[in-house]
Amino acid sequence: MIKIKDVSKSYGSFPVLKSCTTSVGKGDVVVICGPSGSGKSTLIKTINALEPIQSGEIWVGDTPVHDTRTDITKLRAHVGMVFQNFELFPHLSVMDNLTLAQIKVLGRTSDEASKRGLKYLERVGMAAHQHKFPSQLSGGQQQRVAIARALCMDPVVMLFDEPTSALDPEMVGEVLDVMTTLASEGMTMLCVTHEMGFARRVSNRVIFMDHGAIIEDCSSKDFFAKSEERSPRARDFLAKILSH
Amino acid sequence: MSLDLHFYSWSLVTDYLFRGFVFSLKLTLTATFFGTVIGTFLALARLSKKTYISHPAAAVINTMRAVPLVMLILWFYLLVPLFIGRSIGAELSAYITFSIFESAFFAEIIRSGIQSLPRGQTQAAQALGLSNAQVLRYVILPQAFRQTIPILLTQVIVLFQDSSLVYAIGAYDWLKGFEIAGKNYGRPVEAYLLAAISYFTMCFILSRIVQELKSRVSFNGSEA
Ligand SMILES: Nc1ncnc2c1ncn2[C@@H]1O[C@H](COP(=O)(O)OP(=O)(O)OP(=O)(O)O)[C@@H](O)[C@H]1O
Ligand SMILES: [Mg+2]
Repeated sequence: MIKIKDVSKSYGSFPVLKSCTTSVGKGDVVVICGPSGSGKSTLIKTINALEPIQSGEIWVGDTPVHDTRTDITKLRAHVGMVFQNFELFPHLSVMDNLTLAQIKVLGRTSDEASKRGLKYLERVGMAAHQHKFPSQLSGGQQQRVAIARALCMDPVVMLFDEPTSALDPEMVGEVLDVMTTLASEGMTMLCVTHEMGFARRVSNRVIFMDHGAIIEDCSSKDFFAKSEERSPRARDFLAKILSH
Repeated sequence: MSLDLHFYSWSLVTDYLFRGFVFSLKLTLTATFFGTVIGTFLALARLSKKTYISHPAAAVINTMRAVPLVMLILWFYLLVPLFIGRSIGAELSAYITFSIFESAFFAEIIRSGIQSLPRGQTQAAQALGLSNAQVLRYVILPQAFRQTIPILLTQVIVLFQDSSLVYAIGAYDWLKGFEIAGKNYGRPVEAYLLAAISYFTMCFILSRIVQELKSRVSFNGSEA
């Protein structure tokens, strides 16, 4: 479904991604973790070409993302992305946030778009807030709306970049619940997150990155259970993260 | 010296001031309109990653901002006829000069508005599949305008005051109305006194309106 082959990228002489290779099957839920600055965000943003790459190949289905002739907007329309800071459009109501791209990119009528918007707002438990503006919602609510906005586009895969890191602790759960439901319905997901509980319970694979390289890429069961087989850096990281 | 105010009358307004006031207002509104439109494009050009677009835009903006407006007004009025072979008149000349001048100022204001938005907004819009033009049209510019409206309006007030600079080319603006009235009634001091009060009152009212707007438009660009 998604193939990443030998992908490298650097800013000047500073390498951000070092020959990363992995693949994600349909329905997989992959958690990407690693220390700050290790290139996690950069890696998932290469999948919808928000981050251009310098070498290597990226395939989403049979679309070559690395190919400059590919219609990138068409690809992006079906790759959902959720950001750390939600990035709802503050000048638009919740419903308008959900319908904008459906209308302008997918060419849906405004009726169709609202109907679908409402459906996904219901799914994330936010239907009652459809007329509000983002600034009137809590962080957790904003993030759920952001997930609904991505789902409205019928994504083939959902990318999450630290979706709960900017949230107050009491709101983390509501967002993880939505993601868990999504996973159980068979959505293909790549999640950059430090929520190891989520990784253990929901994901079926864990990728650990450090200094721009993929150090570990294994089933989440193995990642947590057979820690003696993990690299020292991954063990270090896990110890730090699980200790608080 | 004593002031003689008996010529402050309705006919002063209708005979001298109204015509000038209308021109000053028209000049301000025209320059605001074209300044916003052209200024937006200039701002986008200046922000372009392509240096063959951004450098000329920056050059135009910086030149306009460096040259005193009154000189631009004069140059344009005097030089254009040399190129096209006939005069275009003081009024049209003023409309064009003010529009160009305002474009440069508005461009900088709009650019700062665009740059103050979090980068994530662009990324989120792109991630939904919007084209670059759509990202600007539906996500970035509406927010940038909202943020900059109070500053833009403050600039409009300055522009209204600056419109009096057209005296340099003899156009009939509000101030000119006071001047001519003062001459004809033989009371220039009283006329200029009234002019000062009138300009002050006008700009005071406008800036109160801007204050009011400022408190209504909250700064994260969302509904207050
Ligand atoms: N525009 C840029 N210019 C130079 N270096 C950059 C730029 N953007 C990112 N980097 C560097 O690339 C590296 C990887 O960044 P990235 O955001 O992918 O890390 P991350 O793993 O997501 O970290 P975090 O956990 O802090 O989000 C970092 O060291 C960062 O400093
Ligand atoms: Mg990151």
